[in-house]
Amino acid sequence: MVYFDAASTEPLHPRAREAFLTTLEEGWADPARLYGSARRARLLLDRAREQVAEALGARPDEVSFTTSGTQAVHLGVLGAVRGRRRAGPRLVVSAVEHSSVLHAAEVHEGDGGEVETVGVSRTGVVDAEAFARAVTAPGTAAACLQTANHEVGTLQPVAEIGAVCREAGVPLVVDAAQTMGRMPIPEGWSVLAGSAHKWGGPAGVGVLVVRKGTRFRSPLPMDEREARVPGFQNVPAIAAAAAALQASMAEAEEQARLSALVDRIRETVPRVVPDVEVVGEPVARAPHIVTFSCLYVAGEALLTELDKAGFAVSSGSSCTASTLRPSHVLEAMGVLTHGNIRVSLPRGTREADVDRFLGALPGIVRRIREEAGVSS
Amino acid sequence: MSREQATGGEAPQAPALTIDALGKKCPIPIIWLAQQINNVPLNAVVAVLADDPAAYTDVPAWCRLKSHSHVGTYELPEGGWAIHVRRNY
Repeated sequence: MVYFDAASTEPLHPRAREAFLTTLEEGWADPARLYGSARRARLLLDRAREQVAEALGARPDEVSFTTSGTQAVHLGVLGAVRGRRRAGPRLVVSAVEHSSVLHAAEVHEGDGGEVETVGVSRTGVVDAEAFARAVTAPGTAAACLQTANHEVGTLQPVAEIGAVCREAGVPLVVDAAQTMGRMPIPEGWSVLAGSAHKWGGPAGVGVLVVRKGTRFRSPLPMDEREARVPGFQNVPAIAAAAAALQASMAEAEEQARLSALVDRIRETVPRVVPDVEVVGEPVARAPHIVTFSCLYVAGEALLTELDKAGFAVSSGSSCTASTLRPSHVLEAMGVLTHGNIRVSLPRGTREADVDRFLGALPGIVRRIREEAGVSS
Repeated sequence: MSREQATGGEAPQAPALTIDALGKKCPIPIIWLAQQINNVPLNAVVAVLADDPAAYTDVPAWCRLKSHSHVGTYELPEGGWAIHVRRNY
């Protein structure tokens, strides 16, 4: 099986495995206690926090570990709006944010808040002028913007929006799940969220970073342990996440190699498959993601046939995953939602496997179209 | 977001052909539209009746890709939409 679904989860980095096994031996005790084994666990946790802080351009005391990227986003969004309750009820989000952001926004609305959603271009870039207008409108508590879109890879103008937010005194919550470990973190965030299993760390570790000076009130009850996140920390998994983050940040040339393979897919697919639309920004994009939609083809049929041919990819079409609705990202962009395939390349993707995929795709699409009675 | 994109208050041009794809999932409404658009004269309008949410986005996207015109999308009282497309060539 050729695995092309890194945007869902990246296979475990070898450095994460090493760190996990070592820390299972040495860091199992309760880091909040004061005997030798507990102090060792505390030391390993502190070291992981320093590694993550350094990789993200933050201070260690700004970094908290959550139990997932989704939890980091939920706490980040809700903590930011609750910390600014006196500023007003408004939360600004882009229309293509990850569902975790939109679900947190729904909770904010349910609590009496207001949510303003800013639209995107055909390639999925948020309308920066409209976003700036929304941020500077009176009563705005916080804004949320992703670094890169999880379905189409398009980069968002985070630094530009961050400057507007700083000027307006509005905290910007940045969901960096798709780029953390792959690209430098852009300037301009007040709250930053990420997910370890997307950069080659283990599942069950998210990162929430809250800049010093940001008003923040967690919606959760607190304890004496992790700042902003209650509960006993999973020190081995956190150490593994930190090791993988540090290792992948040092592998910029690997990301450049993946990006060149994405370019090859972007250029080749429209040449070898008729009636296909490659979506998202061609250049200003995450290095590992490419998405295209094939006219007259059901996304589910395409996934099934690609799986039979040995390729693991995902789709934003309805009737795939668990939803009967098409992807809100593709809808907001106004691009074809059916016949959609997202290819996202993990570290170490072999060029030959990309070429094999490009070789197999045209026949698969042609067969599905023929079965549906479409002559292309 | 509103699920209606009417055009400037005018009554829509009467369709020369109506394709009833209610209850059909995408891509079927799009396949039927592609197969039948050439059955109407140039500049005539085809109405696609569909209730799959994907059709709401995909019929206009198909028009853009195939250089036909998306005239407007009108909500149907029984649910779904009539999506009007003008044949350009």
